[in-house]
Amino acid sequence: MAEITVRVNGTEHSLIVDTRLSLLDLLRERLGLTGSKKGCDHGQCGACTVLIDGRRSNACLALAVTCDGLDVTTVEGLGDGDGGLHPLQAAFIEHDAFQCGYCTPGQLCSAAGMLTEPGPSAVTEDLMEDPPLTPAEIRERMSGNLCRCGAYVNIVTAIEGVRR
Amino acid sequence: MRPFEYARALDGPDAVARFRPGTMYLGGGTNLVDLMRLGVAEPDHLVDVSRLPFDRVEASDGGLRIGAAVRNSDLAAHPLVRERYPMLARALLAGASGQVRNMATVAGNLLQRTRCPYFQDVTKACNKRVPGSGCPAIPGDHRNHAIIGHSEACVAVHPSDMAVALAALEARVHVTGPDGDRVVPIPGLHRLPGTEPHRDTVLEPGELITTVELPSPPAGSSQYRKVRERASFAFALVSVAAVLDVGGDGTVRGCRLALGGVAHVPWRAERAERALLGAPATEEEFVRAADAELDQARPLPRNGYKVPLSRNLIVRTLRELTP
Amino acid sequence: MNRVEAYDKVTGRAKYAYEYGVGEVAYAHLVQSTIARGRIRSIDPGQALAMPGVIAVLSSDDPPELGSLDDAELALLQSRAIAYRGQIVAVVVAETPEIARAAERAVRVEYDAEPHDVLLRPDHPGLYPPEKVNPGLPTDTERGDVAGGLADAAVTVDATYTTPTQHNNPMEPHAALAVWADGGLTLYDSSQGVSAERATAAKVLGLPPERVRVISRHVGGGFGSKGTIRPHAVAAALAARATGRPVKIAVTRQQMFEVTGYRTPTIQRLRLGADADGRLTAIAHDVVEQTSTIVEFAEQTATPTRVMYATPALRTTHRLLRLDLPTPSWMRAPGECPGMYALESAMDELAVAAGIDPIELRVMNEPLTEPESGLPFSSRNLVACLREGARRFGWERRDPEPGIRLDGRWLVGTGVASSTYPARRMASRATATAEDGGFIVRIAAADIGTGARTALTRIAAQTLGTSTERVRVEIGDSALPQASLAGGSMGTASWGSAVVKACEAMLKNGAVGSADTTEDVEADSGFARHAFGAQFAEVRVDIDTGELRVPRLLGVFAAGRIIDDSLARSQFIGGMTMGMGMALMEETVVDEEFGDFLNHDLAQYHVAACADVLDIDAVWIEEEDPYLNPMGSKGIGEIGIVGTAAAIANAVYHATGRRIRDLPITPDKLVS
Repeated sequence: MAEITVRVNGTEHSLIVDTRLSLLDLLRERLGLTGSKKGCDHGQCGACTVLIDGRRSNACLALAVTCDGLDVTTVEGLGDGDGGLHPLQAAFIEHDAFQCGYCTPGQLCSAAGMLTEPGPSAVTEDLMEDPPLTPAEIRERMSGNLCRCGAYVNIVTAIEGVRR
Repeated sequence: MRPFEYARALDGPDAVARFRPGTMYLGGGTNLVDLMRLGVAEPDHLVDVSRLPFDRVEASDGGLRIGAAVRNSDLAAHPLVRERYPMLARALLAGASGQVRNMATVAGNLLQRTRCPYFQDVTKACNKRVPGSGCPAIPGDHRNHAIIGHSEACVAVHPSDMAVALAALEARVHVTGPDGDRVVPIPGLHRLPGTEPHRDTVLEPGELITTVELPSPPAGSSQYRKVRERASFAFALVSVAAVLDVGGDGTVRGCRLALGGVAHVPWRAERAERALLGAPATEEEFVRAADAELDQARPLPRNGYKVPLSRNLIVRTLRELTP
Repeated sequence: MNRVEAYDKVTGRAKYAYEYGVGEVAYAHLVQSTIARGRIRSIDPGQALAMPGVIAVLSSDDPPELGSLDDAELALLQSRAIAYRGQIVAVVVAETPEIARAAERAVRVEYDAEPHDVLLRPDHPGLYPPEKVNPGLPTDTERGDVAGGLADAAVTVDATYTTPTQHNNPMEPHAALAVWADGGLTLYDSSQGVSAERATAAKVLGLPPERVRVISRHVGGGFGSKGTIRPHAVAAALAARATGRPVKIAVTRQQMFEVTGYRTPTIQRLRLGADADGRLTAIAHDVVEQTSTIVEFAEQTATPTRVMYATPALRTTHRLLRLDLPTPSWMRAPGECPGMYALESAMDELAVAAGIDPIELRVMNEPLTEPESGLPFSSRNLVACLREGARRFGWERRDPEPGIRLDGRWLVGTGVASSTYPARRMASRATATAEDGGFIVRIAAADIGTGARTALTRIAAQTLGTSTERVRVEIGDSALPQASLAGGSMGTASWGSAVVKACEAMLKNGAVGSADTTEDVEADSGFARHAFGAQFAEVRVDIDTGELRVPRLLGVFAAGRIIDDSLARSQFIGGMTMGMGMALMEETVVDEEFGDFLNHDLAQYHVAACADVLDIDAVWIEEEDPYLNPMGSKGIGEIGIVGTAAAIANAVYHATGRRIRDLPITPDKLVS
């Protein structure tokens, strides 16, 4: 067991945790923040994606104990805090960028993190540029978030609308 | 997961001082936590080295010093890497997902374990996991396994993309440990399986990677090319890191070639390199060089495709690098 | 209108089964067999029980009492016999998921193993004809002189196609929370049909149905794998009963491969004969597929061939093999999906052999009535789909010569295939009431991502002549009026029929209307009802590496009246995306030594990622069909996956000149 303090969506939580507890299970089972989803528990699907200190990360691969002192944003904290939606959330609704909705919180957090990430991707021609987020760039950068319903076409459209 | 104690190291010496039997160092966790959940790794103590001050990328002596705790995404996005070691940036960006790259450290990437399905399943035999228990991949499904340098004990491949680029760049790994500091070259860090496949690298218990040092970039142009079953977020079937320097007379002045997905280590294709040095930079010579390397391939019954795939990939990449 | 639950889904408020917390929840974890065939010699839970936080270990040492053992996959912990690797042999209950999972590994199970047989092969002596194939269709059919038709044909195709084991892999792993109170059970499960699940759960647990309530408000995908109750839900109920605690269970991604069903692999021999003009003289479609040793599941793989093309002679057969593997189950477009891959690949081969354009070949063999039954089609617009698709895709510019279009290092090709899926409906009940200045429609339907809640809102609003804002649809709870499941592309047709009827009754009666469509559905006869479609694929194959990309995929569908354009497009494209995965990468590898599914996670079982999906579009043609249901709609959840793999495989042939008859088409099969 270990004592940690984590800031989640702006609220500080001090807890005693089993060292085996993942950040994902901390959020879901201890804090009741079930927006972050468990799809594989091994970093292979992206459904658990949250922002840790602003960087998109797989919450299933982070032990809660390693998050002591860190700042976590989940899908519940993406909006403005008064029920207003993040532009990505609104775009996902507008473009029907989800079906079952289970990968959606991870897609949203991943997209939010992706929009702030500098540098090229695997499909960028010129490594020295920070390329515009074309559909090809978005597809590559969002490939850590699987969607079995096959909503990718609309997900890319939704994100494309936000980055503009 | 078995219960374990957790401690966050303050600096390198503190991490090493905390090491005792049953201890594992924890970096980004993207592979170790995964393996712990599978029961493959069962540490008694985790020493968290992810927040050690090995987090900088600095130019030095014409080369680059990369802190062991630098995250893969930060390294790929670093201006010096993009400008001077584009092949390394490409290799990093070809690996895993944006999320995993944000978490994974440079040292952790080097030390990640194979994704052999038998290794990852504790209900099955595996010489790498339980020495002497056998290798079911040899009679079983080994389509993603090694074609070069494997042994009767193990046919697994090293999964890293980054390490393939580092092998071609002749990176050196700075290590600290209970018996002091030392420098280990890549290639040289990773071991072929031989009779001891449970030993992935030459590191001794308690040794900790602190820095990866890159010499000044080799002359010529470079590329990293990866073939996988889906367009992104998949391990390599085969990958190649290539550097080619062609002189004004059209002959090869310098060449570095390393292969991923074919061996227990990031495979430096030295035979191909030797065959090319001084030879004309032509398709025929590229084919000859690739064949010189792949003559030693011993594909298994179900992964023979990796031989023509490697050959085609080498030739294709060299052709694209020819001015 | 947006999806009714859109706000909840993008904000993380939508609760899935595992996300209900009730009182003192305990956590269960499944212990699975590590042999594929044999018997349990002993189970020693001692070490697990000694771990702090472990509450109980359930096993066949003390078999929990069940009401019915009819379904051997659900008769948990009753027998010492092991029928497949990964079968549930014990259930651990603990205070936290971490402890439960650690305890799972501490349960010592000893086995007496026997040799197992896990490999499907066409010459296996154990092959047998099942009595029926799903969902109660004839195993074999034969009409006309097939041998003669093949012998007299000017052009023939005789080819064998294989499809591998595939797993549904919905993003939400199967999960349940079981709560017992006052002798009754409330089950929060991830379910495609709460009414059927309640009935089965009651039977298995020996309870009257009214003592069981199943709640499933949001389902993170199912694709068939949540169409019937799964062992994890029974395990949760038994664990909760044994411990007196509410118990939650989540099947791990790895466990899903054995515990939650899969699509059988198939070996399909197709023989087609045609005269010199391309008119079919005979079709024979012979299927070999598998089931487990404990439950028979007979996929209806050859049944679309009974529907598709006019031919004087037609034979279809299914042979099943009982293997020491888990029981196959429903996966998106069972039957049609693998069957049409083979038929539509063979049609392409016939077109090549006869030198006829593949669209013209299909048009030429368009039947007037359903080939096998002779029934008239309620509507059939396959030709219109092929023509419209050809126009949109630019098919007329296509040079049929294979292997000649090189763009850089990419070989480029295009292909086409037909799609079809039955348009059925099942009996359901619904109520409609006027409340609080609006209307509430209640029906135990399921929204597994299809948009059922939204579609039913539209249907109700239209029937009531009001705006969708004034209608609230309550679904996903077995306490609501009994309804059929979300499966077989029957959801909207079945539920919509009941909703329309309930709303009409309410308009007639005043405040409350209720409906039961049993009699309406029983009267559904006299027509062959199917949706049709045409899929067009453009592929690029790297000549050095065999990498295959699909830059363009177009589906044109004829599926009756489309109720919601946005939802329909998402469904079609989603099905096509899964079909592309089937063509390019989806394959579960059976490990012969251990007798299980080897690549049991999402790093090894590849589904299409975002980067794989380039330009996929779906459109539809207007189709009026008065013989379906009050909405005039056909189901659209499955037809999108039917034909995609054939269109891609046909395009790969066109690009490379190589016919790959074994899915998936991975680089190792194309590199040379």
